Amino acid sequence: MARQIGEVIVDLQNISLRFGGVKALTDISFNIREHEIRSIIGPNGAGKSSMLNVINGVYHPQEGKIIYRGEERRKMEPYEAAGQGFARTFQNIALFKGMSVLDNLMTGRNLKMKATLVEQAFFWGRARNEELEHRKKVEEVIDFLEIQHIRKTPVGRLPYGLQKRVELGRALAAEPNLLLLDEPMAGMNVEEKQDMCRFILDVNDQFGTTIVLIEHDMGVVMDISDRVVVLDYGKKIGDGVPDEVKNNPEVIAAYLGTQH
Amino acid sequence: MFYREAGQFKTSYGADQQILPIRQDRIGMVVLLAVAFLGVPMFASEYWFSAILIPFLIFALAALGLNILTGYAGQLSLGSAAFMAVGAYAAYNFQLRIEGIPILVSFLLGGVVAAGVGILFGLPSLRIKGFYLAVATLAAQFFIVWCLTKFPWLSNNSSSGVISAQKIIIFGHEFNSPQDKYLLVLGIVVVLALAAKNLVRGNVGRSWMAVRDMDVAAEVIGFRIMRTKLTAFAVSSFYCGVAGALYAFCYLGSVEPDGFSLELSFKILFMIIIGGVGSILGSFVGAAFILLLPVLLDVLLPALSETLSLPVDGASISHIQTMIFGALIMFFLIVEPHGLARLWQIAKEKLRLWPFPH
Repeated sequence: MARQIGEVIVDLQNISLRFGGVKALTDISFNIREHEIRSIIGPNGAGKSSMLNVINGVYHPQEGKIIYRGEERRKMEPYEAAGQGFARTFQNIALFKGMSVLDNLMTGRNLKMKATLVEQAFFWGRARNEELEHRKKVEEVIDFLEIQHIRKTPVGRLPYGLQKRVELGRALAAEPNLLLLDEPMAGMNVEEKQDMCRFILDVNDQFGTTIVLIEHDMGVVMDISDRVVVLDYGKKIGDGVPDEVKNNPEVIAAYLGTQH
Repeated sequence: MFYREAGQFKTSYGADQQILPIRQDRIGMVVLLAVAFLGVPMFASEYWFSAILIPFLIFALAALGLNILTGYAGQLSLGSAAFMAVGAYAAYNFQLRIEGIPILVSFLLGGVVAAGVGILFGLPSLRIKGFYLAVATLAAQFFIVWCLTKFPWLSNNSSSGVISAQKIIIFGHEFNSPQDKYLLVLGIVVVLALAAKNLVRGNVGRSWMAVRDMDVAAEVIGFRIMRTKLTAFAVSSFYCGVAGALYAFCYLGSVEPDGFSLELSFKILFMIIIGGVGSILGSFVGAAFILLLPVLLDVLLPALSETLSLPVDGASISHIQTMIFGALIMFFLIVEPHGLARLWQIAKEKLRLWPFPH
């Protein structure tokens, strides 16, 4: 079945974010449609990561509105965003280093677990059932990402590329509606990048997950994105399908510089 | 050679998620429990019960409590002894003021009161971390000890806050002899240790470790930082509180607030550092190391100096003891900074492959 791009699910309107006197984001508006792969690109320090942090509630913009499925949300903490089905990965891997791959992935299921402390202490009732039921789900993610051989390994011992994959797994284990990926391919070699691209496309295709992607590899971005938004110095300078963005003079200027 | 898991296949996730997935470990645990519950009471002397085994179990429980907070949830605390004091005094007051309340219920409630106090003193952890938090928990240490001396009601108006624990009677049986007390303490410690193991391998344990390892990511994946930290403080203080109640009722018989000093808190902290931060086993090993090594040196050194007929007197022996104790602590920390439990784990991994290198 061909993937159908649906309605707008997240609409960001006139977002401005300041840290003291520093303007991280200025008056940015764009939207994200259901099932699409939406990339955010821009030079270093353009505000891409800040944008993701605004979307999942780590930062609270001073101005602007975020409309999620037709409802405006004012201020939201990250765990509330997680409850709405937002999951993300980080630019610098943010795995739980002391835990095994399996446990890291199980943390992705935490919002679906309802057992009380006492039930968990005696591994009884809901605690037991949930643990087994969610293990099954997590195993599906493990199969999907082809990391069966490392499921019991502490993540601190894994090479970089695998850690990135496990981090994607942790986000996927939450069965998100919206997946925010912050440079999932940074520092990878060509093969690892190809694998990661395949996983991203498969997630999008098989589960219909909407994906917001920050990436510096233009080849990848132009290949897999449905639409691209370009930021520079906290301002939006371009927005559209990859071909449009590629030929936008402002974007070219931001990346290559202009003739004076 | 015999420590092999070859041929032990897991066919369900339940079997794979057991606490002891390897058969040899399960047999080992059964043997250990049999020795503790049946073997030891048959052979141990009164001295062993009341001077070694009972304090070992009680401190292991307190160390377990601190390990939940510091090892699993990553919140450094120097108030463990104070939470023990809360447990001891609360259990005493429940016994004193509520007619006919079962002793086990008082222990439990003592733990619950300690958990409440723990939550209160855990509130600063929402804003401060690491060493600064440790200093904030010092406030708990001094404030609670001060409170217990200051308000005579808490110690039923006894002078300088000394309390004498009531008799322990369960279902009409009085736990009087050291052997009885040992079995009671052992039973409680085994149940609570199992509960702790279940907690740390479940969702709440994962939330603690997630907050410890990377708090931003923990919040983004859906854990609530505040609730997670306060749960850790509550559970940790509960364990310390029950340990404190047992300390008063089953070990010393009468305690005073100054007995729960900062020194005791440090002792518990050393136990988990030596034993292994973030390890249930480590709490037991650490408690054994800190409590039993001085006893061992106490026995060995005079015997040694006698056999070698060295001209040393009693005072020098006790100095040498302290020096050896300190040197051993440093030695183990250099060999394995992650504690004795990690050494055990490495030994097991090696044993699985022995005699092959990999």
